Amino acid sequence: MTTLSREETDALIAEVLEVYPEKAKKDRAKHLASNDVTVEQSKKCITSNRKSLPGVMTIRGCAYAGSKGVVWGPIKDMIHISHGPVGCGQYSRAGRRNYYVGTTGVDTFGTMNFTSDFQEKDIVFGGDKKLAKLIEEVEQLFPLHKGISVQSECPIGLIGDDIESVSKKGSAAIGKPIVPVRCEGFRGVSQSLGHHIANDAIRDWVLDKRDGQAYESTPYDVAIIGDYNIGGDAWATRILLEEMGLRVVAQWSGDGTIAEMMNTPKVKLNLLHCYRSMNYISRHMEEKYGIPYLEYNFFGPTKIIESLRRIAAFFDDTVKEKTEAVIARYQPMMDAIIAKYKPRLQGKKVMLYVGGLRPRHVIGAYEDLGMEVIGTGYEFAHNDDYDRTIKEMGDATLLYDDVTGFELEEFVKRLKPDMVGSGIKEKYIFQKMGIPLRQMHSWDYSGPYHGYDGFAIFARDMDIALSNPTFKNLTPPWKKVAEEEVKKAA
Amino acid sequence: MANIMIRQGEKGLTFYLPKRDLEASIESIEFDTPEKWGGELKLDNGGSYYIDPIAKPPRLPISLRAKRLGAAED
Repeated sequence: MTTLSREETDALIAEVLEVYPEKAKKDRAKHLASNDVTVEQSKKCITSNRKSLPGVMTIRGCAYAGSKGVVWGPIKDMIHISHGPVGCGQYSRAGRRNYYVGTTGVDTFGTMNFTSDFQEKDIVFGGDKKLAKLIEEVEQLFPLHKGISVQSECPIGLIGDDIESVSKKGSAAIGKPIVPVRCEGFRGVSQSLGHHIANDAIRDWVLDKRDGQAYESTPYDVAIIGDYNIGGDAWATRILLEEMGLRVVAQWSGDGTIAEMMNTPKVKLNLLHCYRSMNYISRHMEEKYGIPYLEYNFFGPTKIIESLRRIAAFFDDTVKEKTEAVIARYQPMMDAIIAKYKPRLQGKKVMLYVGGLRPRHVIGAYEDLGMEVIGTGYEFAHNDDYDRTIKEMGDATLLYDDVTGFELEEFVKRLKPDMVGSGIKEKYIFQKMGIPLRQMHSWDYSGPYHGYDGFAIFARDMDIALSNPTFKNLTPPWKKVAEEEVKKAA
Repeated sequence: MANIMIRQGEKGLTFYLPKRDLEASIESIEFDTPEKWGGELKLDNGGSYYIDPIAKPPRLPISLRAKRLGAAED
């Protein structure tokens, strides 16, 4: 079914690597592989979570991006201070489209940027005083906030500011939690360590604050973990869970609040969507509170049905019955969507390069539409992500870890997918090559893509991209050369 | 010595080393009786760790201190 055999894929990798110097070639070769579905352990075929090679174009982020941008940022009723120079916060402000309900600037602060705006004197004399003053100002200007998180940028670690002590003092003064997060950008090799640091900060400063308090629980309490409500994803997920008869106590962290997080230890089951960014806290809750966690996948009807049944298996028969009713109710809608779009999209090939969970989670959704994923890769995955990916991907398809700009372009030129799913940095390169691209980080300003409602939008968006007549009028550069040669020959 | 977490996975025990975000399944555990549990852990990635034998924990996952005997090659 795949276009290339294993030998051809391996040859392609070798050919693309040819341009690198010896040492770089050796390093990059470990990160590229042709998928072998028989391999149980990804480390035998692909290396991941290593420092990017200096000099190549990587699209990875930093630890601050992982903590402030991904994990903490969407918590809507807290103020997240980007502690350090102004740029880190400003240029990442509101870019992730974590939707939330509330009045921005009054009781919710998701799209706002708070920063201590470090100047030279703060670097020389330390920024602790400035932070203390900032906390005071925040309390005065935004009295309805429910807490503050201090997201360190690189200089904080370099100059050795004691943000923990300032936070403790400030917290005592205003009577609200203030969480110092040591997520300086230089830590780790990618945003992945930022997720870990952010999870640890939640564990140490937030999670256990309501332990022992009275709480009216039901046997159906669950928490959605690792859904950032991009374009409303968490809402589309929540609808389904509530229809199943479950009570969603907390959303981590899209459209979430600090109170929800503090209540999470009371739930019966944690539903983990983005494994990469929130497995840490799930593991902690499993050990400390005995709450099991379950990885699920709400992209595409096949995976949704599978996930709904797996979730229902944790609960009693009423939930199971309701789940079957939910599946039955949405089935005609799904059949209609597939009947409409599958003939248009059948057989189209997609290459993905994103982060987190999507390089493997969306494969099912594409397959439901009759499309085929011929290459996938993660920005910042670890081996356990690839362990899970190998089973999802077809045999001899291409896997690339932390792919460089050059490699991705070459792969796309050679494999000639009908569509690429990646981010804004890749979008215009590939569109100029004549290949439609959907941004799979932000759903290309569309969404939600989770759940049954999301699948309808997903299918429509993929059709919009692939059926766009513009691309028929664009000739990719390599085809242009061929055309000229034909002309010359004639 | 490193902090590790042992968890009941779908197919047997899994080993997790938070410091390095390393997840691996445990292929064999030296002692596995209610009174004595632990000892040498052999991982499927080729690494092996040693935990002091304890009474079998009533509930998994559990965080323990482990000594590295042989590291998995990177």
